[in-house]
Amino acid sequence: MVGARLLRPAAQLLRSSPSAFPKSSFQRVAAPAAASRWRGYATGTKEMTVREALNEAMVEEMEKNPKVFVLGEEVAQYNGAYKVTKGLLDRFGDKRVIDSPITESGFCGLTVGAALAGLHPVCEFMTFNFAMQAIDQIINSAAKTHYMSGGIQPCNITFRGPNGFAAGVAAQHSQDYSAWYGSIPGLKVVAPYSAEDAKGLLKAAIRDPNPVCVLENELLYGLPFQVSEEVQSDDFVIPFGKAKIERPGKDLTIVTLSRCVGQSLVAAEQLKSKYGVEAEVINLRSIKPLDVEAIIKSVKKTGHMMAVESGFPSFGVGAELIALTAEYAFDYLEAPPVRVTGAEVPTPYAQKLEEMAFPTEHLIADYAAKLLRV
Amino acid sequence: MLSRFAPRAFAAPVRSNAARFTPALRTVTTDAASSHVEKSDVPQEDDKPFQVRLNDEAFETYELDPPPYTLETTKKELKQMYYDMVAVRRMEMAADRLYKEKKIRGFCHLSTGQEAVAVGIEHAITKQDHLITAYRCHGFAMMRGGTVRSIIGELLGRREGIAYGKGGSMHMFSTGFYGGNGIVGAQVPVGAGIAFANKYEEKDNVTLALYGDGASNQGQVFEAFNMAALWKLPVIFGCENNKYGMGTAANRAAALTDYYKRGQYIPGLKINGMDVLAVKAAVKYGKEYCSAGNGPLVYEYVTYRYGGHSMSDPGTTYRTREEIQRMRSTNDPIAGLKQKLIDWGVTTEEELKGIDKEARSHVDEEVAAAEAMPPPEPTPEVLYEDIYVRGSEPQFLRGRIPEENFYYPERPVQVPKSPAQT
Ligand SMILES: Cc1ncc(C[n+]2csc(CCOP(=O)(O)OP(=O)(O)O)c2C)c(N)n1
Ligand SMILES: [Mg+2]
Repeated sequence: MVGARLLRPAAQLLRSSPSAFPKSSFQRVAAPAAASRWRGYATGTKEMTVREALNEAMVEEMEKNPKVFVLGEEVAQYNGAYKVTKGLLDRFGDKRVIDSPITESGFCGLTVGAALAGLHPVCEFMTFNFAMQAIDQIINSAAKTHYMSGGIQPCNITFRGPNGFAAGVAAQHSQDYSAWYGSIPGLKVVAPYSAEDAKGLLKAAIRDPNPVCVLENELLYGLPFQVSEEVQSDDFVIPFGKAKIERPGKDLTIVTLSRCVGQSLVAAEQLKSKYGVEAEVINLRSIKPLDVEAIIKSVKKTGHMMAVESGFPSFGVGAELIALTAEYAFDYLEAPPVRVTGAEVPTPYAQKLEEMAFPTEHLIADYAAKLLRV
Repeated sequence: MLSRFAPRAFAAPVRSNAARFTPALRTVTTDAASSHVEKSDVPQEDDKPFQVRLNDEAFETYELDPPPYTLETTKKELKQMYYDMVAVRRMEMAADRLYKEKKIRGFCHLSTGQEAVAVGIEHAITKQDHLITAYRCHGFAMMRGGTVRSIIGELLGRREGIAYGKGGSMHMFSTGFYGGNGIVGAQVPVGAGIAFANKYEEKDNVTLALYGDGASNQGQVFEAFNMAALWKLPVIFGCENNKYGMGTAANRAAALTDYYKRGQYIPGLKINGMDVLAVKAAVKYGKEYCSAGNGPLVYEYVTYRYGGHSMSDPGTTYRTREEIQRMRSTNDPIAGLKQKLIDWGVTTEEELKGIDKEARSHVDEEVAAAEAMPPPEPTPEVLYEDIYVRGSEPQFLRGRIPEENFYYPERPVQVPKSPAQT
């Protein structure tokens, strides 16, 4: 026993050696510098949708590492229910791109087992609504095993698929699980907004030696973004736990994620044109770990904090963000921190009701104006 | 094909269970025009019972004596079945059009091609029996008593829709009908639970728990089988095998595609689900079987969906156009019944045309009425209504911002009378 313990540091080193994880995202990278580098590129940029970025991330990681495979419903022959895995079957064959029966608990457990045995599965859920069938495997079998084993059993797995608001599909098909997964020690959780996020975060997730949930959003899949040459490179990863300032500002900090980033950016423009107010929009990118430092830094500057997210409000991401702000940045606040969230209602079908249940650009701008008393 | 049967064959006694020992040699036909009756045996009167002889290949059994191959019916009932199938199809066609006109949002799964299952089942049960199914539910909602207006109204997101605009295409509830469920497979143990309650309350009814060939692979389906067999629950599990779960052919998802055998320790029956008479006969038999306290059954209705999985799926990338065309032209449940009714002299082409017209104009009127219905008022009262039973709500629920918090009025608890609990 003592011998085993003594051996552990070496074993740990081996596990995280550069050859095993070439550009490991869990090694700390100075994000602000990197972020400004990405933004600086004007030449060599190209347009890419979030869907293409996710696809490219999987292609590149599968090229690099034969242990990576993709399994899920309709991922192979149908090219993905939302076409995110398009072309993967043709490129990598049916050994590595596998259509699963509709049996979430079963295939999720199976991919977790494959990860325990050394493979690096990408387990796709057609949507995270259906991952509720499998949440026990995600949490009890994947997230907790490394700890329960005293650190001897890793589980390198990526769970991915669309999460959160989807249009017109009612209560069972439109729910945001960010807070659910974000609360679990042992899991890492990311939520890409742009094509850059999607590519960098998914690649980092696949390389990360822990279980990672990549919470995408269906409505973002088709959106085009400019991506720099660096993002296009097959070495591009985004470190977890580093938020991105999408828009700098001095008057208000808006902390947000996923689809709400885009809405917040529009709201920030409205605030500027209507009231001359400069809102800083922080794209969290990563929910667990969460970049508390970026929030504090921003709040120090602006004195005002607003969280924007589309999940249910109770015990949600917004609640967590406000709590953290109160814990770490209370003295810098000039007003109580606030949140704009989804309403506490199962998603209704009728359009006008649905609109009332989720944040809108208008609501974000109006509420920010109210907070700032402009 | 029909002439294979001796003229009096329909009067033959219940078939022996010889079929049980040679299942591999026989396959259930999906040929809709496969039953038989002699013209001379069809009575003049619309409501005088007579017997029809089902096709020899209507069923395949698993550890079960087959149902009788004769079915008592009336001209009136046969015509009603025809009307029902035509009406369901017309309604689905209206939904198809409205979706393409962008008046229906989100997912919309049509049952075109599968009408004989919903209609055949309804003609074998009563409103005291219970049914639960997945999201491909419009036809079931209608057969269970939902009006075309309320169903289409729901698809259009109207206040007078069957779920008041809250549920949409996938979530509909009605008399003896528990939805309308969006999570593949989840309705199956729920169906077993409905049967459990009915047995507990000593009701003499049966519950039908329907699911797709894709859903049949969900673990909880087998969990439900086990409990239902253990506790002899009066439930007929029913796999609507339309050959595909989304874009995945049945044999790419299931290690055993004989869905009627997948209850292992539960007797099973495979049914030509394109033949409304076979469906009725099978369910009638199953209801008696369950009533007698024999426990559950596992049925497989062999059917076919003509359209894509949902409106966003063209449905042609994973199967050939020829396959769809062949099913439509040789196995269509409506054309099949029509042919029989004419061959048997139950009715004339003329009268059937009249029924077609009647179904069509009824659906058209109802659709027009649905389109004229207003959407729900976009008020907090409507948004927050019905999250909890009225009068039992928390003091308030949170809005997107605190200013939108909704405070419920004080009122007595009003537990609704579920239309499903008959
Ligand atoms: C748990 C779960 N997983 C996945 C889905 C997405 N999905 C909806 S329908 C469907 C195919 C189901 O096929 P089948 O059971 O054969 O029914 P059919 O659509 O053919 O009627 C899938 C994968 C879902 N709704 N729920
Ligand atoms: Mg199917």
